[in-house]
Amino acid sequence: MPGRLRLVAQGVALGLVALLFLLLAWSLVRDEGGNLAAAANRGERPQAPDFTLERLDRTGTLTLSSLEGKAVVLNVWASWCIPCKEEAPFLEQVWRRNRARGVVVVGLDAKDFREDARRFARRYGLTFPLVYDGPGKTLDDYGVTGFPETFVLDREGRVVDAFAGAVNSKEDRARLRAAIERALAT
Amino acid sequence: MRRALVAAVGVLALVGSAAAAEPPSAADLEAELVCPVCETTLDQSNAPIAERMKAVIRERVAAGDSEQEIKDALVAEFGPGVLATPPRRGFGLLAWVVPLVAALGAAVVVGVLVRRWVRAREPGADENARELDPELERLVDDELARFDA
Repeated sequence: MPGRLRLVAQGVALGLVALLFLLLAWSLVRDEGGNLAAAANRGERPQAPDFTLERLDRTGTLTLSSLEGKAVVLNVWASWCIPCKEEAPFLEQVWRRNRARGVVVVGLDAKDFREDARRFARRYGLTFPLVYDGPGKTLDDYGVTGFPETFVLDREGRVVDAFAGAVNSKEDRARLRAAIERALAT
Repeated sequence: MRRALVAAVGVLALVGSAAAAEPPSAADLEAELVCPVCETTLDQSNAPIAERMKAVIRERVAAGDSEQEIKDALVAEFGPGVLATPPRRGFGLLAWVVPLVAALGAAVVVGVLVRRWVRAREPGADENARELDPELERLVDDELARFDA
């Protein structure tokens, strides 16, 4: 193999290795979603990733950052998720009781059929804003590993507390209420 | 002979159109679509959303939808990741073309290398390497003669 050709081949091989390292670094950086809940549970306030998603309860989209100035209870759910059914009436109650105080409950329906989600919302009388992420792309950003999960965001869009699993127990419900108060106090 | 040929072509065309009009099989579709939660094909999954997707597929097959219509409807809900194999159009085409181009490129590189290697080993490929210095040749002959003796 002529010297120049060999140099080019070596350059290409080195470039490929560098590209693989970059991909690895990128995937590690992207994996910060899992750390979001961990950081919130350590008392830190990591910034919640922004999103713009199609609305299920009406036409148009909703951008998370447009809710800045309000405390947000972001609940990730799906119509096929059984614990979500038990949790839904409580979230509706949280929305109705705190709406006037500057709290918005946002239901993020993922990996679900739109029509099933709408049927679920009708069945449980959900009146808070609902957004749809069929492929579940937002879940990676938030490090969501199961359904449901709930994030409480302060007025600046930072995560105050995160709940893996349904907020159904007395303790969890009290913790959620306390997180809302902290989020409002920002 | 000509009539027989025309008849055969006609029969083949009929068989082809009948196959195209055949309704898609729910089982085949379940093997070609992925559960968005467990990320295995639907036929391998019993996750609640996979069961729901299977039910939707069966409903749509019964309603007379084509395979493409059913796939398009599921992609509209769950995105292109729901297809077990990427579509042969748009960006998905890359997944089909890149391995082929890479395999062809590798075959060309291997071919060139093998050709060079074979040429280098062919008799007369390097005459200078085969010719011995007369003095050295004489020495080798002397050594061989001594060895024989």
